[in-house]
Parts: sequence; C-alpha cells; structure tokens
Amino acid sequence: MRPDYLVKRIGLFLLIIWLASTVDFFLPRLGGGDPIRAQLAAQAAMGGNSQIGTKDMIAEYDRRFGLDKPLIVQYLTYLNDTAHLEFNFSMAAYPTKVIDIIGRALPWTITLLTVTTLLAWTIGTVLGAILSRPNAPRILKFILAPILTLSAIPFFLLGLLLIYVLGFQLRWFPLAGGFDQGLLPAWDPKIIMNMVYHSILPALSIILASIGFWTLGMRGVMVSSHGEDYLLFADAKGLRGRTVFWRYSIRNSLLPQLTALALALGNIVSGAVLVEVIFQYPGMGTLLYQSIRSSDFYMIQRLVFIIIVAIGFATLVLDLIYPLLDPRITYARR
Amino acid sequence: MATVAEQPTISTFETPGTGIGTWTGGVLGYMRRNPELIFGLALLMLLLAFIVVGHVTANLDKAKPLSGRPLLAPSQVNPFGTDKQGRDLYAVMVLGTPQTLEIGVLAGLIGVTVGTILALVSAFYGGRADAVIRGIVDIGLTIPGLMVLVTLAMNVKGGLSIPQMVLVVAALAWLFPARVIRAQVLSVRERSYVDVARLSGMSGPKIIVREVMPNLMPYIVASLVGAISAAVLASIGLEVLGLGSFDSVTIGMTLYWVIYYAAIINSWWWWWLPPIIIIIILFTGLFLVAVGLDEFANPRIRRRA
Repeated sequence: MRPDYLVKRIGLFLLIIWLASTVDFFLPRLGGGDPIRAQLAAQAAMGGNSQIGTKDMIAEYDRRFGLDKPLIVQYLTYLNDTAHLEFNFSMAAYPTKVIDIIGRALPWTITLLTVTTLLAWTIGTVLGAILSRPNAPRILKFILAPILTLSAIPFFLLGLLLIYVLGFQLRWFPLAGGFDQGLLPAWDPKIIMNMVYHSILPALSIILASIGFWTLGMRGVMVSSHGEDYLLFADAKGLRGRTVFWRYSIRNSLLPQLTALALALGNIVSGAVLVEVIFQYPGMGTLLYQSIRSSDFYMIQRLVFIIIVAIGFATLVLDLIYPLLDPRITYARR
Repeated sequence: MATVAEQPTISTFETPGTGIGTWTGGVLGYMRRNPELIFGLALLMLLLAFIVVGHVTANLDKAKPLSGRPLLAPSQVNPFGTDKQGRDLYAVMVLGTPQTLEIGVLAGLIGVTVGTILALVSAFYGGRADAVIRGIVDIGLTIPGLMVLVTLAMNVKGGLSIPQMVLVVAALAWLFPARVIRAQVLSVRERSYVDVARLSGMSGPKIIVREVMPNLMPYIVASLVGAISAAVLASIGLEVLGLGSFDSVTIGMTLYWVIYYAAIINSWWWWWLPPIIIIIILFTGLFLVAVGLDEFANPRIRRRA
C-alpha cells in the first residue's frame, strides 16, 4: 500500500470528522437565535430539582459560547472541545457528562452491530454464492423468496413481530433490555450469558432482515462472472469444479461484496438504531430516543457525532483491508 | 454499483425475443418475463384501493384524539379499534397511509430530480464540478443518513410537519440517484449519436434534453422507486425516534405511539398490526417493482440467473 494513499484516506476520515462537527456547530445557529441556549432557558423556566444544574449550565454555556464573543472564537472553542472529547453536561441528567453516558452505551451498540453485520454478511454471501450455481440445492431456492421479502421490510418492523411472537406469545426470549433487572454488567459467565440471551432477538431482527441484501448482491456478482476468461482457463487447466468455485469464483466476487459492505454500514446503523429503540437495548439508539424525548440537545448532538465518526472509522478500516484481499489493488498512483 | 456502470441503454420496451413491435405488446411481453413487476404493482394497487375505499367509508374526523373511548378492540363501529388516546384507528390508517406515501413520493421526486441534474452537470461538464459533486456523493453515501436527518430535524421546533418532513428527507435523497445516473451519463456521453448531434451543431443543453435524457429514463425510473422506498423508511425512522409532529397521523407516528405505550406487550394487537401490514405491503410492493424493473434498467442481465 502506497503511503500517499494511506495519507489521503486518513485525510478523508479527518475531513468527515471536521465536517460533522462544523455542521453540528453552525446548524443550530443558522436560524439566527441560539436554540441550545433557548432549550437551556426553557428547562430553567420549568423549575424543579434540575434548576440549579441548568443555571450552572447556562452560565458555563455563556462563558464559552456567549454571543459577546466573535463567532470564530465560539467555533474554535467548539472544535477544540470536540478534539478533546469535552462534550459538556447532559441537559437531562446534570451533572453527568455526556461523554460518560455515551461511553456506557457505545460497547453495547458496537458489539451488537459487529456480530450481526459479520454474521449476516457471511451467511448472505455464502448463500448467494451457492445460489448462483445452476445445481443449487432445491431447499435453498425455496428459502430465497422469504429471505428476499424480509430484506425489503425495515429491521425494526421485523423486530416488533419477533417481540410479539417469540417474546410475548411463546415467552422464549425476554421482551426488552440488555440484561435482567437487578444484574449489573460484569465479566461473569452467568451475566454474559444473560446479556447474550437478551440480545438474541435484536440480533435476529437485524440478521434476518439483511441476509437477503447480501445474498442478492453476491448472486449478482457471481452470475456476472460466469464465462469470464479466468474461469474458463481454470476449467481448461482441469481444476476440480469445487476448487474453481471456492478459489476462483468466490474469491473474485468478494471484493465487490466488501465494497458494498463499506457502503451499507451507514444504512445498517440507521436501521439498528431503531431496533435498539423497540427492544430498549441499552445502546446508542435507545439513548438517542431517550434524549430526543427529554430534548437533551447536547446529548443528541454528540451521539450523532460519535455514530458518524464510528462509521467513518469502520469504513476506513474496510478500505485499508481491500489490498490484503485482492493483490491486484496496490493503490499505486495511476 | 459496478453492475450499473457500463451497461448499454435501451430506448424502447421492444425486445427481440417477443417479436412484437408495438409498444403495448412490448410492455405485455416484458411483464410476462418479469412477473415480480405485476405482483409489486398489484400490492401497491391494493394500498391505493384501501385508501380510496377508506375515504368513502371512514369517518375521517374520528382520527383525532378523544373521538372515541380509548383502547377498544375492533368492532362494527371501529373496524380497527381505537388507540390509547381515543383515535379511531381505521380513520388514522386511511388518513395516514396517503400522508406517508406523499412524503415518500415527494421526497423521492425531489431527490431524483436534483440527483439527475447534478449527475448531468457532473458527467457532462466534468472538471472541477465533477470532482466536487463526486466527492460530496462519495462521502455522503458512507455517512449514516438517519443521523444527519436527526441533526436537521432537531433544529426544527415542535416536530416536523409533513412539508418539513419532505424537505428534511429530500436533503439526502439525491445522493444515490446522483451516483447511479452519473455513471450512466458517462456511458451515454460516449455514444456516436451524441457525437453526431454535437457535430451537427446542437448546443450542450439541447443534446442533454433531446439525446441523453430519453436514454436515461430507465435508470431514472428505477432510481425513483428506490428513492421513494428510502424516503419512506427515513421518514418513519425519524417519526419513531419522536421527531415527527405529534399532531400528524402518519404510519410512522402511529408506530411512535405503539412503542411509547408499549402496545405489543399489552396485547393491544389491533393497534400495531394494521400499520405493520401496511408498511410490509408498501415495502414489498416497491421492492418487487424494483426487481421487476431491473431488466428495463440493465437489459444485459436479462434472465441470466
């Protein structure tokens, strides 16, 4: 891999971070007023036991982002805060800091998304590869239709149906949450099993609803590679059909599948956010839902920011993996 | 994306296999070869029929809260029952389905129109414009769209009304069409009939309208189906997260209340079943239409699988 490509690709990642934080800063200020301050003031006006915290927050906010300061100074303060992960207090849960709450939610989402995406991608890709052959097993052809139909409906809708059938009616799985009440997440086999048990339904809704997408994609790539010269040559060399299939066809079709994965990550996370909401899974999606309900402006802003950065990072990693899988790609300058 | 890149275009429905030269004959032959299209259109027709019949039979005033007793199971008077706030769910579905469709179709149309214009500018004029547009599209497509929409939506006071929802969702709906159609323009641009038009002194915009656009139509139609589906999904996502207007009765807002009041684990099945069925019919219908249109947009893959 050429170093200039590496620099360029990492530069793109930094550009995304900068863009996201810049939009975060300017968008609320576009309307002329300052909705963040307005929100703080509205919360202060409501009174109640959070009032003291709110007043502190307004004072702090004015100190850092006061209108007496030029916009550029406010902007630089904001960028500096972002760079240091100084994400302010949660408006709804003062004096807890936004970053601490996000830090607790993030591992849940990362684990759920990584496991489900890898499983769905692998199952879908293998299924698509097998289905691209004329002699594919009959049973697989029958499950193709339901799997494709599932891929058309949103993740969370499938989740609602799973909660009702497998959770509520059959009582096989818990209805909501990430672990039993009364337990605290810890590295204990029993508790981990409990957490896995709770995540089966959310995971199942994401996996079942996305397998079809990968199956269809892989089948398409494989079918269009039929009759390529390298396959003809492999056949002519007298290689066994199985070798040609696994080592030539599949290997060459994996790269487009990986590109598709990098492109789909954004959509997957958008869908998974809603799955978390309906399962009250203690990750970023549920946190986002609760923050929107309590108008926790800081929290929403930073949650969105962290998710965008995380996906940007995952895409970066995938992009850097390509040349390992496909020696043809050296990212040399053309 | 790679599959769309270098495909030839077709200008009519005519296909050599059927031997029928007329336009209608071509359409019929096409449908026979792609039954998905018929199933998909039938599902969408079913939704339209529901809306039309509903507007005739339902008392739409009852879609307002407190218009009946809360949480009634389906009966003769309330065929779909009522929700916790006393809305008649039949009236809600009849009013909400077209509203959700409206958001999808309008945002999809805006997205595809803007996307097509940018694609034409990008591919035809190249240079710096192309670099900028392609850069924005490439970055934009990898960013989780819903998160950007949440950022936009939370800066709107009091939940998104339907027109605001259309605009917010359309803000990202052009990205994918722009990418797909640009790739297509690039290939059409090199065709000899475009050269002929250029040599005969036709102006740039005129070439685009007269020569390029007709050959792009299959891709534009296919993109539109995808864009509508994505826009509906995005709007439902925003509404489920609580960013819709609490006054509106769209499918997404109904699902918001379903989740808010935990209707599923309270066995109020009549509350969540209709919106779920409507969404499944809508998405499956759009998906089948998209699959059915695949041959139209990419004639080369014709029945190979």
